[in-house]
Amino acid sequence: MIAAEPTTTTAVAAPGAAWATSRRLLGLLGPVRWRMLGAVAATCAFVALNVSAPKLLGDATDVVVEGVFGGTFNERKLATLLLLVAVMYIGASLFSWVQGAVTATAVQHVSYRLRASVEDKLHRLPSAHFDEQRRGDVLSRATNDVDNISQALNQLLNQLILSVLMLLGALAMMLWLSPLLAVIALVTVPFSTVVTVLVARKSQAHFTEQWRTTGELNAHLEEYITGHEVLKAFGRQGMATEVFTTSNDRLSRTSARAQYVSGAVQPLLVFVSNLNYIAVAVVGALQVTAGAMTIGGVQAFIQFSRLFSQPIGQIGGMLTVMQSCLASAERVFALLDAAEIPRDGTEQAGELAGREPAGAEGAAVTGGRVVFDAVTFGYNSGPPVVRELSFTAEPGQTVAIVGHTGAGKTTMVNLLMRFYELDSGRITVDGVDIAGRGRDELRSMIGMVLQDAWVFTGSIRENIEYGRPGASDTDILSAAEATHVDHFVRALPDGYGTLLGNDGDSLSQGQRQLITIARAQLAGRSILVLDEATSSVDTRTEVQIRQAMQRLRQGRTSFVIAHRLSTVRDADLILVMDHGRIVEHGNHQQLLAANGHYSRLYDAQFSGRADALRAGESGQ
Amino acid sequence: MLPGMMMRLLAVHKPAVLAIVVLQLLQTTANLLLPTLNAAIIDDGIVMGNTDLILRLGGLMAGIAAVQVATALAAGYFSANVAMKLGRQLRQELFAKVQSLSSQEVGSFGVPSLVTRATNDVQQIQALAVLVFTMLVAAPAMGIGGIVLALNQDVVLSGIVVAIVPVLVVIMYLIVRRLVPLYREGQILIDRISRVLREQIIGANVIRAFVRQAHEARRFAVVNRELTRNNLQSALLVAGMLPLIMIVVNLSSVAVVWFGGHRIQAGDMKLGALTAFIAYILQILIAIMMAMYVLMTAPRAAACAERIQAVLDTRPAIADPAISRAGLPHAQRTAGGTVEFRDVTFAYPGAEAPVLDRISFTAAPGTFTAIIGSTGSGKSTLLNLLPRFLDATSGEVLIGGHNVKSLPLHFLRNSLSLVPQRAYLFSGTVAENLRIAAPDASDDDLLRALRTAQAEEFVRDLPHGLHTPVSQGGTNFSGGQRQRLCIARALLRDAPVYLFDDSLSALDHATDARLREALTPLTRRSTVIIVAERIATILDAGLILVLDNGRLVAQGTHSELMRTSTVYQEIAASQLALGGRV
Ligand SMILES: Nc1ncnc2c1ncn2[C@@H]1O[C@H](COP(=O)(O)OP(=O)(O)OP(=O)(O)O)[C@@H](O)[C@H]1O
Ligand SMILES: Nc1ncnc2c1ncn2[C@@H]1O[C@H](COP(=O)(O)OP(=O)(O)OP(=O)(O)O)[C@@H](O)[C@H]1O
Ligand SMILES: [Mg+2]
Ligand SMILES: [Mg+2]
Repeated sequence: MIAAEPTTTTAVAAPGAAWATSRRLLGLLGPVRWRMLGAVAATCAFVALNVSAPKLLGDATDVVVEGVFGGTFNERKLATLLLLVAVMYIGASLFSWVQGAVTATAVQHVSYRLRASVEDKLHRLPSAHFDEQRRGDVLSRATNDVDNISQALNQLLNQLILSVLMLLGALAMMLWLSPLLAVIALVTVPFSTVVTVLVARKSQAHFTEQWRTTGELNAHLEEYITGHEVLKAFGRQGMATEVFTTSNDRLSRTSARAQYVSGAVQPLLVFVSNLNYIAVAVVGALQVTAGAMTIGGVQAFIQFSRLFSQPIGQIGGMLTVMQSCLASAERVFALLDAAEIPRDGTEQAGELAGREPAGAEGAAVTGGRVVFDAVTFGYNSGPPVVRELSFTAEPGQTVAIVGHTGAGKTTMVNLLMRFYELDSGRITVDGVDIAGRGRDELRSMIGMVLQDAWVFTGSIRENIEYGRPGASDTDILSAAEATHVDHFVRALPDGYGTLLGNDGDSLSQGQRQLITIARAQLAGRSILVLDEATSSVDTRTEVQIRQAMQRLRQGRTSFVIAHRLSTVRDADLILVMDHGRIVEHGNHQQLLAANGHYSRLYDAQFSGRADALRAGESGQ
Repeated sequence: MLPGMMMRLLAVHKPAVLAIVVLQLLQTTANLLLPTLNAAIIDDGIVMGNTDLILRLGGLMAGIAAVQVATALAAGYFSANVAMKLGRQLRQELFAKVQSLSSQEVGSFGVPSLVTRATNDVQQIQALAVLVFTMLVAAPAMGIGGIVLALNQDVVLSGIVVAIVPVLVVIMYLIVRRLVPLYREGQILIDRISRVLREQIIGANVIRAFVRQAHEARRFAVVNRELTRNNLQSALLVAGMLPLIMIVVNLSSVAVVWFGGHRIQAGDMKLGALTAFIAYILQILIAIMMAMYVLMTAPRAAACAERIQAVLDTRPAIADPAISRAGLPHAQRTAGGTVEFRDVTFAYPGAEAPVLDRISFTAAPGTFTAIIGSTGSGKSTLLNLLPRFLDATSGEVLIGGHNVKSLPLHFLRNSLSLVPQRAYLFSGTVAENLRIAAPDASDDDLLRALRTAQAEEFVRDLPHGLHTPVSQGGTNFSGGQRQRLCIARALLRDAPVYLFDDSLSALDHATDARLREALTPLTRRSTVIIVAERIATILDAGLILVLDNGRLVAQGTHSELMRTSTVYQEIAASQLALGGRV
């Protein structure tokens, strides 16, 4: 992000949406419902014990009171009662522990699945999605938001169940002790509800904004740190800091607002329950004076009314956590709901894409006839980038694609790989429309080197092996040797075990490219795509790997995109592209003879230059 | 580490913190007074049968409750504000620090980890701050207040209360001690989750091309399982905390009734005191539970604080020289762009063999200087020494006669304009990306630079021209377009030195030739260094440096080198073999 965008209007989450999100979140607990039921049972036992214990403790107090007023102190009765209370308390703690432990496992199960579905989703999103959404925001959903949900669920499930049950338990006991006082206590419920609802309405939007801004900040950070050298080179850290600060300030402001608005609920509920406590104390005291209740009864009742109001306060205190959790859940669900790549006929619903490719160098390489038939395509349904492309690549042929930058060469490859879907026309491989094949099946037939050399965290060996999992050391080594990777790997202290991290920045650009070529070499598929595979590789190395590249192309239908016209010359078919169209096609000799586009391109490269190179040779 | 960090950050918020403390004390006091008054209602009201007194005390209690809610709300307001400002400050510091780090230093943490630290880790500290503000004042106050009031009611009975405190402290200590390392590991696992996902996004096309989604899912599942296991372990520990504490506190209330009953029987204690006592115990329990919430959050925050501090404590290897920009002699500020390397050697930290070995050359304005050499021979490394992305291990790099290490970084980098080998664009618009180099450039300036970079045509063809959105990394442009935008960006700057790192590789030859032609005027006034693979690109260079395996094996013009340098001849021969008209 370069400049601070204006604050987008915060989506004020409608209560209906919040309900839907909560229901969906609860739905995640479906698979662990038995465990949750166990937790509820344990909580019931805990509450039953925790609620009856004070009642017995009240009885014990009455024994003491009897001693004072009645003159006979029944020590034995007191001891029995207290022993019972002690046992009940110990039991209560045990059940509380069981409940906590069971809930923890259930919540972790849910978090695990949530993260797994986010990851799974990444593989189902169309390439266009990544063009539109910033990486850091997606990452924030998978880490910050899921983490928030996980922490929140843990707190919520533990305390919400407990609080609700405590509430019911205390209510039951109060009704039993004194219906009048119970009614007084119950008056708090509607008040508390109204207070909570009013506050929650105000604060939800702030939480939504808080997590949205967290994602935005994450995106800024990810982008600026990734490109920090560019910022430094141009001395523009100041600009980055400005954008960052704007988001940072907004995050701080909106978090504070969310926190204190929704945090106001608890003190307000405490106030309501305090008023109630006072009412109970006063009315209770008047009742005793009137002889309607015992002091021990009032004392127990006061305890119960605390037991009653405490959970209400706790539920109110949970509001912050609950709302924050919902805001995060909404973001995670939005990612999970994003439009996916349309499913193929062959793909089973719900099955994770990606069977392991069986391709091996030794495996029978068959077919590979590729036909483009009037293919038209534009990114994001925009103006067409390639228009009416038609050509046929026979099995084993090498097809070279040349043309100005931006002519649509890479796009053509993207279409063949089905990274994007055609707007019109069709592409067939061995007579079958690729739209009818499974994507993975199609891709398993194609080995490719992308224009952007990409290596991932892991050893050099793992990076090469990526093309063919489980390849033997000898195969890996021979692929590495053929592509000159071995040449620089041998100089590394850890050889093939050298770990690449941070987007492979401990290698030079050309070295990264060589690794991706080795990867494709090892993969050995029936169709090969090389998109500017050697653009950063120096020519001496290129000459050395030329044989390997030729061997690689042998018997395979190959698509080669190169600005250096070296491989192009030997191609069976050369397609010259300009502004998304094929303007010329034929082989090298034919195209030179035609004296058109191709011959001009070719001349631009070699006019007078070849002589210069040879001049040196002769001057030797 | 955590307390130190908190103290440092809170120092600027002293008045607000003071207000929070006072407000919390007030609200805690109010909270404590309620049971005392309740006890008074029982002792003085019920026993005496004084209805009037009961009502009066009730009214007083209502007033106190009102004070309590007002103070609690105010405290909540201040707490939220201070906590979030604290988080903001930490993020700001982290970002500033990260910007001063070199690639190696950024790499040693990893991008995903730095991002996690600035968001998730800071969040944990922020969350702790909120809790601390709401509880750490109230909890001890309520706890100690409860104990004091209990003492006030009956000293002997309070012995029980005093006895349970050390037991609770030991329980908590044992649990917390195990939690810290768990949380430390947990944060690292979040980094790893983030790293795997980030790679899956960046490498999506490769993963799909090689049909390795299942493999990636497995790779992710390993980390996901580890994180889940880690989280479960800490959650189980935390789940054990509450029951343990409840046992201790509840049993003590049983003891209170037993011993209290006997003391009342003996006439050493009043009846109301027993009721109050049980209320106090409950209150102490609540205080402990509050403290426990803090203690549940604190270990994680402590682990996060360590991680944040580790970044903040990193001393950037490359820093501004001691002299300030103001103190720079005028001549030095306007120094010309002659670039000179004197016996420069560079080795990556930890590597034995140097990547650049005793390199000496001088590149002056008037013509352009080319660097050619095989993959991995050190060309990019050499260029990186100029803006001080790296510092020479030995030898001197000079610009305009001044060692780069003696120039203020800002000044040094302002006198360079670089096209990096990896064409990186930021999300935003085309114009915004170009203006990174020159914030004040007009649209006309932008178009002129684009024209020179041979990019004007395609930018004009874009649906929104200069204001077409660019996605992160520039993925919605073709490789060559990206590269030309980076060139245009560099050309927008009027700098004494221009560096092009293999920037023409994705250009077709016609474009390449036109671009070089357009650059000619530039080379008259500035030093231009171009890294290239194609001899065709560098035929006209005034000076060609031939790098091989980190050594400068030859330098001179094309025709000189064709005569004298075998390496250069090999390069020429290879290009002839690859493409020449035979
Ligand atoms: N993901 C994308 N979203 C939108 N437009 C795109 C995207 N990728 C490429 N384009 C546009 O499509 C056109 C063709 O791009 P393509 O990458 O196919 O060019 P190319 O021929 O491979 O060029 P180069 O030689 O520079 O690699 C360009 O104008 C480019 O801006
Ligand atoms: N961060 C790093 N840590 C360790 N070694 C590195 C690091 N970066 C580069 N190297 C090594 O230094 C050598 C020179 O790399 P450099 O990027 O300068 O090569 P180059 O000449 O630019 O190559 P290319 O033509 O492929 O871009 C390479 O062997 C590379 O593996
Ligand atoms: Mg391309
Ligand atoms: Mg390089």
